[in-house]
Amino acid sequence: MPFRFPDRLLPDPSTGWNPSFVDFLTTRHPHLLTRWDGPIPGGEGAPLPVTHGTTILALRYGAGVVIAGDRQATEGMQVAARRIEKVYKADGYSAIAIAGVAGPCLEMARLFQTELEHYEKLEGVELSNEGKANKLAQMVKMNLPLAMQGLIVIPIFVGYDRRRSEGKIFKYDVTGGRYEETDYYATGSGGRDARATMKKLYRTDLPEAEALRAALEALYDAAEEDIGTAGPDFVRGIFPTVKTVTSSGIADVADAQIRSIYEGIIGIRKGT
Amino acid sequence: MALPFYVSPEQMMQDKAEYARKGIAKGKSIIALENAQGILLVAENPSSSLNKISEIYDLIAFAGAGKYSEFENLRKAGIRYADLKGYAYSREDVTARSLANAYSQTIGNIFSQEMKPLEVEILVVEMGEADARNEMYRIAFDGSIMDEQGFAAIGGQADELKAYLKDKYQEGIPLEGSLRLATKALEASTSQKIRAENLEVALLDKHRSGRHFRRFETTELARLVGDAEG
Repeated sequence: MPFRFPDRLLPDPSTGWNPSFVDFLTTRHPHLLTRWDGPIPGGEGAPLPVTHGTTILALRYGAGVVIAGDRQATEGMQVAARRIEKVYKADGYSAIAIAGVAGPCLEMARLFQTELEHYEKLEGVELSNEGKANKLAQMVKMNLPLAMQGLIVIPIFVGYDRRRSEGKIFKYDVTGGRYEETDYYATGSGGRDARATMKKLYRTDLPEAEALRAALEALYDAAEEDIGTAGPDFVRGIFPTVKTVTSSGIADVADAQIRSIYEGIIGIRKGT
Repeated sequence: MALPFYVSPEQMMQDKAEYARKGIAKGKSIIALENAQGILLVAENPSSSLNKISEIYDLIAFAGAGKYSEFENLRKAGIRYADLKGYAYSREDVTARSLANAYSQTIGNIFSQEMKPLEVEILVVEMGEADARNEMYRIAFDGSIMDEQGFAAIGGQADELKAYLKDKYQEGIPLEGSLRLATKALEASTSQKIRAENLEVALLDKHRSGRHFRRFETTELARLVGDAEG
């Protein structure tokens, strides 16, 4: 059945006013969601050419959380895109970063943004930070049939919990398992290398400048060790996406600032 | 089997319209005003949790007068309509015009087909970005839709409010002035003083980006309305 925009406004009595946009799409407009019940086409040795996004990370510091990701997407041994976004604003006080197969990743990020906004508008209040993290877990779980066929999506969720006045990091596994991280976390193909760097640089309640530096240095190391992850690209002017989430909300870190932090890191490594 | 009494269609529509008007007249009124900073929506509403004014989308707001349960249903349906459209196409494709049309269809169908008409009157307003024109649509209980400019009013005292605003409203009025004017108009129509905590005020704000809708807190209102008195 093709997608047809509804011309009636009143709710379907079977769903009523469930404030979840995802549930609404699942029951009423499943064509707008990625679903593939059959096997992935192509036999052994010829995997489906899909685009992968790579390293993403998050790190807690004094004022909140910093979340970052490189900008490269790969398709096998090729670079598929140099400027994709893996870190998204979810709402005014939270963000998600997504690693895995690019298509379903982008869809999940967009769907999650709509889900939070829809809930907030219908109910008149924002979901709690814990509620947002749990909702994302359900969405990752919904993706399990696709994940079993190789279309894996792994997000990191960070939010500023205004009731407890602290930043929080949640990581997920493919089955929708949700785990809170108290210090830092990184995942994707360069995740292990990024974690190793953050392990050395992390201290509790770092000031913001040092937290940004630790996050960017971790991405730099990941790019050195992992072929899927890109470092800062001074030629094209492409730098990792970095956002901070604090009590005053979500903020983007400007490219100019990231460039100068990288110039500092590279200067030290060159020994100049 | 007894035959039902014959009632002429005219009589039936008249009865329904009268019923709906009576229901709406019981409720308090709402004003929308275009000002220099966007579109201001002002309602007299003693409840701080049961809202009459709501955000629908980035540039679109909703206001409902009449029976709460009925316009609340319409409000939620509108949000769902807008979010679905924004997700299926893009955020720019969500327009007040198509939403107002969908409302008009739905309310009109209920008026002509159901036993009981909806006792509601609603406003759908969209702030124009950059140089685009603002749009304000008023949809009545029978689904009839009207395109308003400058100011609009719904609810029991809508006619009095419009008469009041017609003389006093000026294009490009500043935000504080428009809030003062709306409060005065509401006070004139009810011949009562309205306190800040009984006002529900929201603005589609040109100075914001993304989601432009914002509500005014009671403290902020008390200051603005208080200033107006001083």
